[in-house]
Amino acid sequence: MTEVKKLIDRLEEAALNPAKTISESMKQTRKKAIGCFPIYTPEEIVYAAGYLPVGMWGGKTDISLADRYLQRFCCSIMRTNLELGMKGTYNLLRAVIIPTFCDTLKCVCENWKVAVPQVPVIPIVYPQNRLLDAGFRYMIDEFERVRKILEELKGSAITEEDLKQAFALYEKYRKTMRNFVEVVKDYPVTVNARTRHLIIKAGYFMDKKIYTEIIRSLIDALKKMPPEKFDGVKIVATGLIGEPIELLDIFAENNVAVVADDFAQESRQFRTPARRKGSPLEKMAYRVVDQRGCTFLYEEQKTKGSMLVDMVKKNNAQAVAVVMMKFCDPEEFDYPIIKEEIEAAGIPLLYLEIDLQMDSFEQIRTRVQSFAEMLC
Amino acid sequence: METKLTSKQMLNELLDRHYKTALEAKAEGKPVAWATSICPQELLETLDIDVVYPENHAAAIGARKCAPEFIEQAEGKGYSSDICSYARVNMGYTDIRHSEAGDIPMPDLIFCCTNICNTVLKWYENLAKNLRIPLIMFDMPFNHTYEVPDHSIAYMRGQIEHAIVELEKFAKKKFDYDKFGEIMEISNQTCEWWKKATDLAKAKPSPLNGFDMFNYMAMIVCMRGKKEGREIFKLWYEELKEKAENGIGPWKDQEEKYRIMWDGIACWPHLSVTYKLLKKYGVNMVTSTYPESWNVRYEKNDINGMARAYSSNYANRNLDYDEQNVTKLVDDFSLDGIVFHNNRSCKLMDFRTFEVQRRVERSTGIPSVIFDGDQTDPRIFSEAQYETRIQALIEMMENNKLAGRNQR
Repeated sequence: MTEVKKLIDRLEEAALNPAKTISESMKQTRKKAIGCFPIYTPEEIVYAAGYLPVGMWGGKTDISLADRYLQRFCCSIMRTNLELGMKGTYNLLRAVIIPTFCDTLKCVCENWKVAVPQVPVIPIVYPQNRLLDAGFRYMIDEFERVRKILEELKGSAITEEDLKQAFALYEKYRKTMRNFVEVVKDYPVTVNARTRHLIIKAGYFMDKKIYTEIIRSLIDALKKMPPEKFDGVKIVATGLIGEPIELLDIFAENNVAVVADDFAQESRQFRTPARRKGSPLEKMAYRVVDQRGCTFLYEEQKTKGSMLVDMVKKNNAQAVAVVMMKFCDPEEFDYPIIKEEIEAAGIPLLYLEIDLQMDSFEQIRTRVQSFAEMLC
Repeated sequence: METKLTSKQMLNELLDRHYKTALEAKAEGKPVAWATSICPQELLETLDIDVVYPENHAAAIGARKCAPEFIEQAEGKGYSSDICSYARVNMGYTDIRHSEAGDIPMPDLIFCCTNICNTVLKWYENLAKNLRIPLIMFDMPFNHTYEVPDHSIAYMRGQIEHAIVELEKFAKKKFDYDKFGEIMEISNQTCEWWKKATDLAKAKPSPLNGFDMFNYMAMIVCMRGKKEGREIFKLWYEELKEKAENGIGPWKDQEEKYRIMWDGIACWPHLSVTYKLLKKYGVNMVTSTYPESWNVRYEKNDINGMARAYSSNYANRNLDYDEQNVTKLVDDFSLDGIVFHNNRSCKLMDFRTFEVQRRVERSTGIPSVIFDGDQTDPRIFSEAQYETRIQALIEMMENNKLAGRNQR
């Protein structure tokens, strides 16, 4: 088995088995874990506190308990998270952090307090007017509030040095990931749409230090291989998450490669580098200030559409795929705007509506197939 | 000699004048703003900027059964049928620009406040982008704590100060702080009369039929900072007070047998059906969470207080507040039951409904039902389901009455 295959298998395995991966990571690092809901949470503070931050982006499960709180027309990530919380799947978590980026998250944050009382919730509110000084200060205050709660949880202070180290590690992780998504563009066969997603996803269940080292090794190993010939379709993908996994299998089956992404779960987490100046919390806040093209961060100019057009050009892609999480209001509001801009630029657009509990993919298969044929 | 108008006549006249004035202002080349329903309108009023409220307009379009045309237009542009129907109607209107339900001028400025939901953030972001006009955004952090925290107030104050600078640039004139004080005073008085009027429904029988309250809501949205607004609610209060003192109930041809709260916005396209069924059984909707939502009160010239007041509405508070607030309504208004409108447009309300319902049933013992509907999309509501649910509620309320249980 080659080095590349070994590393990829390990990461895919980690991403496909979150519970197992998390408990192994906890054992390995002797840390307790804290769940981090979408879209953004101050993971660096969690890490600095000596906890293992783990991602909570839903999954596939039968929903029954969550019906007590959430109607069926609610985003399936949130329904899954609440369901698994109520089932006790998250009892291994010391707490969960829930940000209030949308109306659904606000409600889930409130319902969690009663539905999953055994796993305490740490709510956090990110300011939408983040470009104003008052917004920036508010964000720092919110980070400080979360820091205090985590200090109480762990029973000791989180020092500036702890934060500094955690932030440096996260910056290293983010830089490595930016490098990773660049490098894998040359290997669309070995790192197809499915593999690319799983490799990135694995980072949510592992200690970022260990994970970053594996990704570095993978990058090095990949770079030893000659760039792969690819005669399929190169696309830029956007949405909340690139799941269910069957969707990416369909991409792979049809020779569709994701050469760049704007998924909230993927590149939006690491595409914006930090500024050089400031305390660790200020640097964290500046990353949010500097983030552009994210559905969940208010932007008067709404640059997502033009950003996607630029991404297509820069990456020599042929199309944009919008992977729409059903019932995600913010993403649904962005769609008509980006649609118009992408179409105006003459770029083909594929719209796919998904939810995590879906089990019939025939319609998606047909659409991806004919889209790929049209572009080949 | 001029005869004195009733508040209802005044309501219709003021509403007509409100839209007419805005259309005229636009025709004269004066700037017009579009704003959300519980926004700090005091700032716009101080600068004499004419404002219209897309939520009011969409509701009117819905009530006149004109919504489908606009909804179809918006969905054709790619708007999902799952998003807020006020937004879809309004987005459709920005393309079609005419409705038999009445027209509004296109805006030169977008003024948005997230205390009612995050949906307006995306909706108004799109408006500003499509129309290429400036946007002033008030972000009011969700209060997951019972009270509004101090750092949220500091953040909101910063936004108010920033908005004043932006508005001065937009209106090309200095912000007059003395006038600001006066507007604050008027706004507070208008809200006070609104609250006092709607509070008169505590009387048994209630002089107020709550569906009338839905009509007056358009006024509290658009007339808060105006003297006429203060007048109409004072007049409404006096009319209701007189009725209450004379023991006059909500209807001439029906007795008030049960008193309920209606949770959520009206089902505008089916207003008449939803109302008539309740009336048929003598069920009077005496209150909702809305009287308190527009009870935006603070001391004159206290900007921090203003920020706190605007951030304190029901939709922006946590479940503990929601529970306490509804429980208090049950006691204060001697309610026999609650109807929850599972309004497909409003996820922020819907995804808390089940828990609020459980808690309020536990704390008060009164029955409640949930029905499916939508504020403007006529496709969601089913008359048969509504009727079944209301009948079930009546049965439970009647059983309580017969057994002498949970009577207030």
